Amino acid sequence: MFPKLVPVPSKNMIPERDIDKPLVLECINLGITFGGLQAVENLDLAMGQTEITGLIGPNGAGKTTVFNLLTKVYQPTTGTILLNGKDIQGMDTAHVNREGIARTFQNIRLFSDLTVEENVKVGMDAQMHYNMLSSLLRLPGYWKEEKAAHERALELLSIFNMADLAGVKAGSLPYGAQRRLEIIRALATNPRLLLLDEPAAGMNPSETAELMENIRKIRDTFQIAILLIEHDMNLVMNICEGICVLNFGRVIAKGTPSEIQANPAVIEAYLGKKKEA
Amino acid sequence: MKKIKWSKTTGKNTMTYGLVILAYVVLQLFGAAGLMSSSLKGMLIPICAYVAMAISLNLTVGVLGELSLGHAGFMSVGAFCGTSTAILLQNAVPSAPLRLAISLVMGALFAAVVGFLIGIPVLRLRGDYLAIVTLAFGEIIKSIFNNLYLGVDSHGLHVSLLSDRTNLAEGGSLIIGGPMGIGGIQKIATFTAGFVLIMVTLVVVFNLVNSRAGRAIMAIRDNRIAAESIGLNITKYKMMAFVTSAALAGAAGALFAMNYSTVVANKFDFNTSILVLVFVVLGGQGNMLGSIIAAAALTILPEALREYADYRMLVYAIILILVMLATNNPTLKSWLDRLKSGRRKAKEAI
Amino acid sequence: MTFLNFLISGISLGSIYAIIALGYTMVYGIAKMLNFAHGDVIMVGAYICFYAISRFELPPLVGILLAMIVCMLLGIIIERLAYKPLRSAPSLAVLITAIGVSYFLQNAALLLWTPNPKVFPSVVGDGKVELFGGQLTISHVTIVTIVACVAIMIFLTVFTESTKMGKAMRACSEDKGAAQLMGINVNATISITFAIGSGLAAIAGALLCSAYPTLIPTTGSMPGIKAFTAAVFGGIGSIPGALLGGLLLGVIEIFAKAYISTQLSDAIVFAVLIIVLLVKPAGLLGKQIREKV
Repeated sequence: MFPKLVPVPSKNMIPERDIDKPLVLECINLGITFGGLQAVENLDLAMGQTEITGLIGPNGAGKTTVFNLLTKVYQPTTGTILLNGKDIQGMDTAHVNREGIARTFQNIRLFSDLTVEENVKVGMDAQMHYNMLSSLLRLPGYWKEEKAAHERALELLSIFNMADLAGVKAGSLPYGAQRRLEIIRALATNPRLLLLDEPAAGMNPSETAELMENIRKIRDTFQIAILLIEHDMNLVMNICEGICVLNFGRVIAKGTPSEIQANPAVIEAYLGKKKEA
Repeated sequence: MKKIKWSKTTGKNTMTYGLVILAYVVLQLFGAAGLMSSSLKGMLIPICAYVAMAISLNLTVGVLGELSLGHAGFMSVGAFCGTSTAILLQNAVPSAPLRLAISLVMGALFAAVVGFLIGIPVLRLRGDYLAIVTLAFGEIIKSIFNNLYLGVDSHGLHVSLLSDRTNLAEGGSLIIGGPMGIGGIQKIATFTAGFVLIMVTLVVVFNLVNSRAGRAIMAIRDNRIAAESIGLNITKYKMMAFVTSAALAGAAGALFAMNYSTVVANKFDFNTSILVLVFVVLGGQGNMLGSIIAAAALTILPEALREYADYRMLVYAIILILVMLATNNPTLKSWLDRLKSGRRKAKEAI
Repeated sequence: MTFLNFLISGISLGSIYAIIALGYTMVYGIAKMLNFAHGDVIMVGAYICFYAISRFELPPLVGILLAMIVCMLLGIIIERLAYKPLRSAPSLAVLITAIGVSYFLQNAALLLWTPNPKVFPSVVGDGKVELFGGQLTISHVTIVTIVACVAIMIFLTVFTESTKMGKAMRACSEDKGAAQLMGINVNATISITFAIGSGLAAIAGALLCSAYPTLIPTTGSMPGIKAFTAAVFGGIGSIPGALLGGLLLGVIEIFAKAYISTQLSDAIVFAVLIIVLLVKPAGLLGKQIREKV
């Protein structure tokens, strides 16, 4: 079911099918300290262009911090992040997004007073070009791009069967739908790498199963890489091709799902005594 | 290519335009039929100016979600620059409506430039700090106009600060006289001009809000971190809203000033900023029609209830507090919502 | 010598700012809100003091005490009625409410006490000390103001560091939820903070009007805003910061008046505020807080 992993220069493994393409992400010796605390240390991570990778670890292991480093919410103290081979040092969060990283948040951050459709359309802002004058005078450029954006938004929403909710205020959506909308909004920015922070949190088993299907579908349709943080081991083991385990800010194991499940360090640090996962 | 969809917003915007046009037509008919008291007639232009001010402040407070306590400062810039333009063009442009239009545009332009300059530092701040800094800028603008001297003679324009050092040549005249402000203004502002200004203000605000920029501005208001994460240029969009708001306030200020024979800097103080804020808060943040109605009603009512004039500001203060409590206190809010939905259900039952 | 004279009046004015700033800083530290009405509580305190001394001919100290009691009650009432219901509301709503309260107090004062200026009798008399053969004069008001400011500073530092209530206050300013779980009565703590801040405002009102004797309903608003500047300057939430910020701002204002321009002195003080907020928003002695993602 899973592709064989092959080594790449930065002490990493990526799926065999991506080996001829440039890496979408490469972190070398990434680290950050808060005050005296080393939150993330010596993180090396590479991802192939269509790879789904899981980032797991106990609470407080530094998983969300890694996302915040990749999206430049925090500036790394050490190390380099290469996105499609380009060093993102000195870029801010918005710039990193325009270079190709989009994310969701652990605690949902939607634009709650905007409608579902507007939430998606606002993600397309960098792909729209009409200027303020066009919008004030409602010039043809405005109508053309707005119509295209509207169609694209409905298309994206239909991935999660949410097209009929387009006119609803995002803040009034049920919890699960809010999580799905956050993913769609991130996709609307046309990312090369999608970061999902606990996408299945608070979902019931059938919703989780549907989410798993959708994550695969997103990867296949858009041909992008997905890095996800998740506590639901069933989801992680089922859809991730590579897994990276963090504990106390350090990588303690990397490999395929079956390798991770057999790794004694992981079992000790993370899975504890419950081995069935 | 035409309609994307007849959404709720579009409907509400159309209604707002319609009501403003209706109000203008009705008032014109009343005026023509001689049914309007002279005191109401005299208030039409200030009402228009305050309505435009309220809409423009609502762009900052309701749409951008930041509190500006120095909005009167932009009104002041518009008033002084607009009126100066009108005085300078008195001979060059004999047509009063054209001169008025140019003056309003100049007022808006100068206010936009000042808004941009102020926006650079202000928009780096958030919340309480942003509010207090706008207040500070409002006071600084007032201090500057209170100490600014501008004169014109055959050699051109002369400016000085603190004391009159313009040294005008024979035949020159002082336009801005420090604390005396501008005197001898030709009252070229008209009710129709005020109506046009309100319509233009509405078009600008509505079309800005219903565009990619408006979406981005509201997204930044709702969640700045998420807005950054989807690649929005926060500074650019905040600046767009702030400068537009300043420019519209400038035009309103120019109209306001040209309804009087003199204009002084102290007219546009913190109290004026708060007055406009009361209009916005009472009308509802982000609700332009509400701002229009609140501005018009709260400008007319005190005149109608002259004997209670002393209590006016006290009542405004109470309005501010009560509206905030009613719309933001969880208990009161849910109670009000229940009341509203109850009424709707009752209506549906009929 | 003139320089020294200006410096001393700057320190005196700065001491008043510092006392007001302490009120801002304590309330901001705990309620996380800018109590815009704080300046107007100063005005109310000054009016109470004025009526107690001039009309009822009470001794100045009793007048100040009375003003403190009234202001403390006023502070508690304002918090209960206007701010407490909005504790979970967005800061924009709280700030607008605070502006409403400020406006309410000013206009209520206008109706109660008319806009006609009252000439405030100095609470310490008109005496002055002359030094260097009359070249340097220091009024008693100045001396009392500076001493009062230092005394209040020491009292507050000891209070917040060592008393149970003071510790509860610091706990609330760190994390209200956690403080509540530890058995601290958060509502009572916030009320007491407002009471202390308002009591300080009353003292500041009496001292301010002793130094600048014209009392009108808007007397408090400008010093209020400037003292907020001082509180931010020193680092909001920090007691020594309020003192440092107040003194610096007072000196800057007097020097700006003396050496640059009287008309533009307010503009200069506001420019200082803007620069401080931009360059060092955490203030001289404050700490930077990071938003959690």
